[in-house]
Amino acid sequence: MMRFVDEFRDPELGRALAGEILERVDPGRRYKLMEVCGGHTHSIYKYGIDDVLPENVELVHGPGCPVCVIPMGRVDDGIAIARNEEVIFTCFGDMMRVPGSEQSFADAKAEGADIRMVYSPLDALRIATSNPDRTVVFFAIGFETTAPSTALTLQRAKAERVENFLCVCNHVTIVPPLRALLESPDLRLDGFIGPGHVSTVVGARPFEFIPARYGKPLVTCGFEPLDVLQGIRMILAQIEEGRCEVENQYSRVVPYDGNPAALAVMAEVFELRPHFEWRGLGFISQSALKLSDAYADFDAEQRYETPGVRVADPKACQCGEVLKGVIKPWECKVFGTACTPEHAIGTCMVSPEGACAAYYNYGRYRREREVV
Amino acid sequence: MAAPSDAPSSGREQRILEIIETTRAKRPKLKDERVTMAHGAGGKATQTLIEGLFVPAFDPAGAGLAELGDAGVVTVEGSPIAITTDSFVVSPIRFPGGSIGELAVNGTVNDLAVAGARPTAISVALILEEGLQFDVLRREVEAIAEAAAAAGVEIVSGDTKVVERGHADQLYITTTGVGVVDRRASLSPAAIRAGDQVLVSGPIGEHGTAIMLARDEFQLDADIESDTQPLWAAADALLGAAGDDLRCMRDATRGGVATVLNELARASGVAIVAREGDVPVGPAVAGAAELLGIDPMYVANEGRLVAFVAPEAADTALRALRAVPGSEEGALVGEVRSEPQGMVLVETAFGGTRVMDLLAGDPLPRIC
Repeated sequence: MMRFVDEFRDPELGRALAGEILERVDPGRRYKLMEVCGGHTHSIYKYGIDDVLPENVELVHGPGCPVCVIPMGRVDDGIAIARNEEVIFTCFGDMMRVPGSEQSFADAKAEGADIRMVYSPLDALRIATSNPDRTVVFFAIGFETTAPSTALTLQRAKAERVENFLCVCNHVTIVPPLRALLESPDLRLDGFIGPGHVSTVVGARPFEFIPARYGKPLVTCGFEPLDVLQGIRMILAQIEEGRCEVENQYSRVVPYDGNPAALAVMAEVFELRPHFEWRGLGFISQSALKLSDAYADFDAEQRYETPGVRVADPKACQCGEVLKGVIKPWECKVFGTACTPEHAIGTCMVSPEGACAAYYNYGRYRREREVV
Repeated sequence: MAAPSDAPSSGREQRILEIIETTRAKRPKLKDERVTMAHGAGGKATQTLIEGLFVPAFDPAGAGLAELGDAGVVTVEGSPIAITTDSFVVSPIRFPGGSIGELAVNGTVNDLAVAGARPTAISVALILEEGLQFDVLRREVEAIAEAAAAAGVEIVSGDTKVVERGHADQLYITTTGVGVVDRRASLSPAAIRAGDQVLVSGPIGEHGTAIMLARDEFQLDADIESDTQPLWAAADALLGAAGDDLRCMRDATRGGVATVLNELARASGVAIVAREGDVPVGPAVAGAAELLGIDPMYVANEGRLVAFVAPEAADTALRALRAVPGSEEGALVGEVRSEPQGMVLVETAFGGTRVMDLLAGDPLPRIC
């Protein structure tokens, strides 16, 4: 397996691509490109991709980290459900430390709630079938990437008549937050590295509005370092040549029209929520999914009382502006004082790969490097 | 920085960076109300627990506990004696390549070995869960005896407690070890300086990956065995080859090589640059790590040490290390620089650089 992966990590080819990128950029201007997806942020960080880019090409981390966008109120609701005696509450590992208004799932677990880490919704379903006297609740998160696997799990639960399995659906969709970002008048972005895994499900077509309406190029991209570099080169080429369109770097996996089977499963199991709150971005209409009427029996939100309280992001938090590239992390009023990686307030500080957490941890090093 | 919007605020940026610096340099405050699994994971939360609670309570005068070595050294009638203790709660108790009994011996003798002390004797304390099968207990007792014989230590003392069913998970073991510090050893994080070379004694991440797969939570099968083994022979070889030029050694257990490098970068006030492409990682571990989205640098080892050697002695040390059975795949993986202090950087195989920080969370519970 590694052999096929390694081909997309070849440092020689990487250097060649970095050279081509350098040739394309106009040294007199800055380029701000947003990588929409948290997976890209991870690759960029893991391989040090921003390190091989020209200094005037800046990558801005977008809203596509599914963990970071969960607002505090949803975490509180999850904890309220997890505190019920009969409940085994399950979630992905990276959800454990995301702060609610008072506690994270990890804190609630330490207090006695039965909260378990799973790697897939099917694991949660398996826990349900092997603990028939308990109620297993799966806290589902993620974009269109993970939504189909939640949907398939619920289909199976229904087919097998598993009655002690419930889901808190926090699935979100990628297009509405992008539109919200693009609608803001102070946006300073030159192009988008489009999500790869999401696009394997929804295709590249839903992003056509970005060049058409907002005049920004978008290239859907794979996750290996060469994919990301090639995607960046494609965006810069569009800018240089005065083109503005949706291109697909990740054509080995992303069909233009998406994956009809996955979309059909999602359409059966989910329906759009009228609105949903995003940490750092506020309420965005039709941006999230809930269980459809046919699956209402599996909806933990219908079975359990939850506080359902909207816990406002602190007023001073400026994650929205950081995401739009309007301000730098250190320009936020609470950065480094009230908002730190240990006690994160906003989405950009929650995940270690968020823009603010990265700057908090590595800002000094990055700066020294720029000076040298 | 060319963008006009950056210019007027650069003074503010500098101030913010300074605030962050000051906060980080302070002894961390323990703010949590309860113990979470993260406090046992070896990352930031563990560090906060040790530095925020244990060190101020046990060593208020700053006698040296804060150095946080794998073993402490006391002088008894003129001889430096190293003492260490370790508890083992691994689940499952048997896993490919070893079991909790073997681990309990190797873990403790290795803490002595990397302190430059030849392990002499250990004590063994057992906490048993009511209902534990004697077959299981007997097997672990035999494993302890065999591992002690292999490591050349005597078991000189012990203790047994039984707790009600459900109050422990089968059995827990605590071992305490003593050893005499070798005359050739002058090991300390303070000895590390710019230019020193970093060695690891073999492929990393095998123990943690073996445990993870043995839990069977991933439905993933791979041929990976724990690397658990005693390390005195490797430490002895390095001391013999490098003597004074061997600056410091650490046992890369919980939190893996990344955590050891971070602790030492902080303790020594240096920067450490690891070359990702030179770090030995077996193909099965690399594949599993890829699938599970984890970095082998953070995965636990139970038979791998990290050594810092003066540049002129690095090649000799590596040759000597590779001649030791079990450390044949040792490698030079990085070097020490003076700046940026306290940080660990990784030169990625792809050609970029990134910071490799302590883990904040809890990647894997109960690996040792």
